[in-house]
Parts: sequence; structure tokens; C-alpha cells
Amino acid sequence: MKLLTLNFLTCARKSCKSSPAAFPLHPKDAELEQVETEMNAVFLRNILPRLEWEAMRSITTELGLPNLPAETPASEDLVEKDGNGDGDGKDDEAAAGPSQIARDLHALLMETCIASGKLVCGNCGHEYAVKEGIANFLLPSHMV
Amino acid sequence: MSRPEDNLPPDLFYNDVESRKYTTSSRIRNIQADMTHRALELLDLREPSFILDVGCGSGLSGEILSNVEPEEGGPHTWVGMDISSSMLAQALERDVEGDMLLADIGQGVPFRPGSFDAAISISAIQWLCNAETSDVSPESRLKRFFDSLYASLKRGGKAVCQFYPKNAQQRSMISNAAIKAGFGAGILEDDPETKSVKLPKSMKS
Repeated sequence: MKLLTLNFLTCARKSCKSSPAAFPLHPKDAELEQVETEMNAVFLRNILPRLEWEAMRSITTELGLPNLPAETPASEDLVEKDGNGDGDGKDDEAAAGPSQIARDLHALLMETCIASGKLVCGNCGHEYAVKEGIANFLLPSHMV
Repeated sequence: MSRPEDNLPPDLFYNDVESRKYTTSSRIRNIQADMTHRALELLDLREPSFILDVGCGSGLSGEILSNVEPEEGGPHTWVGMDISSSMLAQALERDVEGDMLLADIGQGVPFRPGSFDAAISISAIQWLCNAETSDVSPESRLKRFFDSLYASLKRGGKAVCQFYPKNAQQRSMISNAAIKAGFGAGILEDDPETKSVKLPKSMKS
């Protein structure tokens, strides 16, 4: 499971729905793997404003990955500064290609994956097992 | 033709043997591909998007989402949910690009509000009309599903769900649940002569 996905997953229990502690889920005994994928600069730009950056920071810290900057990168930080400079993302991307920040974000969100381990809800403590990258979100009926 | 939905719950019906048959049958692959292309056409996504694939199975539809050309607004990034571990095992074997959850959509979609640009579901949600246990009704499972699906979409996000209703009652049960959740549900009937294919296209406003 990509760290991107972890940035959107919440506890599935109804009783956790209104609790802020039910997001993000906390990785436990996580085994990470790096899966190379092609960079999709437009997708990165689209998803960036939807990321919960604080959650991203806490997840990376919990996983022992390098610390992220305090602030969400801005959309214009994703392209090299020496583009055509008209501030219109598309031409700049074409002209200059992705910046180091974009490449780092791609590696973190799209290529860093939880291969196995558990995801723990900070509210109810329920542990969702992850095996072969697939998280098991099936709840026994008494927990639904 | 008999309906698998009438015989067993989906996690039991799609065991290893059925999942393999489903995934390797060229007839099913072609149907799934057609449905996915039709769903994409209705979604009309202009840029690489974050998509939820409800009942992703072995990733036949997801594979298409991953391979949409940049000129056509792709490629998209997807997360799939399915209740059949055998189907997901097939997806792993085929090395699909999306992430997957083993999950029961009748228990809701576990993503924070506004997560996805769009959602698709190919031949899955009719399974919600079968209640496997006496303590959960199909209505409450449909409600849980559509309410959480609606919340998981960003504003203006669309969901296209293709399904095979058993009869008119199932069709209205499903579209009513979608409308109650806030979707402006419209049902399109493709090929009414040959097979009952319903494509409700719903937008979050």
C-alpha cells in the first residue's frame, strides 16, 4: 500500500467516524518496500492540495523516514524554477520538468509502500492487518 | 442464465477457481473492458485523477484506468476495494498498479471526506441487495455504502456504477439509496434488449 493511500484511509468503524483520532491510521511493525513507478507530474499537482500534510509528517516520523518540511510544498515548487516563468504550470512542466521536491514527493507518496504490518486506529485501537500490500478492512459484525 | 448473487455471498462465490475463471475468460475481460471504457466516457475526466474502484476484483477495470493515455486525461491512480481475497490474489498475480483493500462495501468506504476525484464500480453493487445475515438488511448496507461513497468524493466528483439488477425493485432500491445519500442519480440503460446493464451516473454537488 502506497503512503499516498494511507494519507486518505480512516478507521472503518462507525463509532470512530466522528473522532479526529481515527485519522491517520498508525503503521505498526511495518515492512516497507520501494516500488518504482513512472512519475506523473500532473497527478502530483492535483493531489497535493488534498494531502493532510500533518498526517503525512507524523506517518513518515512513525516509519522512521526522513523528516518532512513543516509546510506543504506549493504547487509551483513542483516544477524547476528555470521554466518559461509565466507562472502557468503546464508550460513550465513541459519546459523544465519536475523539481527535486516533486521527485522526492513522488518517491514518498507513490513508490514507498507498506508491504506488511498493521494499521492501528488511534481512537479505538483496532488493528488492520496488511499482507502483500493489501490491508484487511473486513470488520466482524459486532464492530461494524 | 442463473444469477451468482442468488446462490452465495460474493466472498464465497469468488473462490480461487471462480476468480481465476473470471479473470482469464476472454468474454468477461471484454465485457469488463467495455463497461470500464463506458464509465470513463461518462466520468469525462480531463486530468490524471484519484479514483476509487468499488468491487475492483482482479483489477481488470483498474488496469484500464492505469493505462489511459495522457492525451485522454490519464493515467489515473486508483484504490480498489473487494470482498473476495481470491480475486485480490489474482490482481496481485497480475501485478496491477492500484492499491487494494480487502473490504465489504456494505460496511462503508473507509476514506476521509473529499478523498477521490471520482469512483467507478463495474458489476459489483447488485451484490449489496443480498443480505447474508439476518441482522443486516440490504437497505442498511446500501445506505452505509452510498453515504460513505458520497462523503469520500470531492465536491463535483462523480461516481459511475454499472450493475445488474435482478428486477425493477432492486434497481429502484439501489437508485433510491444513491439519491438519499445526496447523489443526483440518473440511470442509463445500455443494450436493454440483450442484457440489463444499468449505469447510474451520479454527481456530488
